[in-house]
Amino acid sequence: MKIGVVTFPGTLDDRDAARAVRLAGGQAVSLWHADTNLHKVDAVVLPGGFSYGDYLRCGAIAAQAPVMQSIIKAANGGLPVLGICNGFQVLVESHLLPGGLIRNEHQHFICRDQKLIVESTTTAWTNQFTLNQEITIPLKNGEGGYIATDETLKRLEGEGLIALRYKEVNPNGSMNDIAGLRNERGNVLGLMPHPEHAVEPGFGPDTPVAMRSGTDGLKFFTSVINSLVNA
Amino acid sequence: MPKIIVEVMPKEVLLDPAGKSVNNALHRKGHKAITAVRIGKRIELHFDRPITEKDLADAREIGENFLSNGVIEDVVKISQEN
Repeated sequence: MKIGVVTFPGTLDDRDAARAVRLAGGQAVSLWHADTNLHKVDAVVLPGGFSYGDYLRCGAIAAQAPVMQSIIKAANGGLPVLGICNGFQVLVESHLLPGGLIRNEHQHFICRDQKLIVESTTTAWTNQFTLNQEITIPLKNGEGGYIATDETLKRLEGEGLIALRYKEVNPNGSMNDIAGLRNERGNVLGLMPHPEHAVEPGFGPDTPVAMRSGTDGLKFFTSVINSLVNA
Repeated sequence: MPKIIVEVMPKEVLLDPAGKSVNNALHRKGHKAITAVRIGKRIELHFDRPITEKDLADAREIGENFLSNGVIEDVVKISQEN
């Protein structure tokens, strides 16, 4: 199972994402922003970071990169694509998901272990969770406030496209506590928190069992491998 | 040098954190008559030949679809300097 991980200039978490893919049992394939060739990957991860220095708007220039033109086309054809943090911003700037992400309401960069509720388990990236499962994965962003028109919000709620919602604390002022969105087909998922930082005991969030033992993020990656096996 | 100037502003309804910070600083300096500050972007597109109607139409398209994000921003003005 080959899962591509894209590196843009300014991407930070590509190595962590590739490591998460390997820990889930997949083969990570590096994809380069300037290369339109997707090297026959079965799925793509757009990792976190500050692509193109967040110039113009977060994710806006990455959305125009050569590799994204291939990814947009493939995603519209059903290729599973996961956008994490800056990757989520790239997905909204590419119009693969609706709305936008603006500076956190309180204007500070935030880094914390964040509780989330998984509200959709019929996507390529969340099928290993149970419906309404509570998970904890790290969140770290400066511009993570989700915003959309009333009409779009109504549609997202009505069609069940809000895949993940913040629990207890809304860390960035996101409308309707939105942490992650899916598309209608379920192959595209974007979220602000970072599942790739909660995939290995000893390096994840604290849990009631032990310090840094949280691995809730791994299921995003085992989900896509499961969906590809059963495809 | 001929140029097209695209001006982009955050939508009225949105909090503009940069503008708010500058407004607070101005109030500290005593400029109490200023009620709000909003900060947008001025983007210059330079040309080494006279600007055509098509260039302006392209600039409008670029402004709406790339230089601004309609969810959070508006293109408030497109002008030309020769």
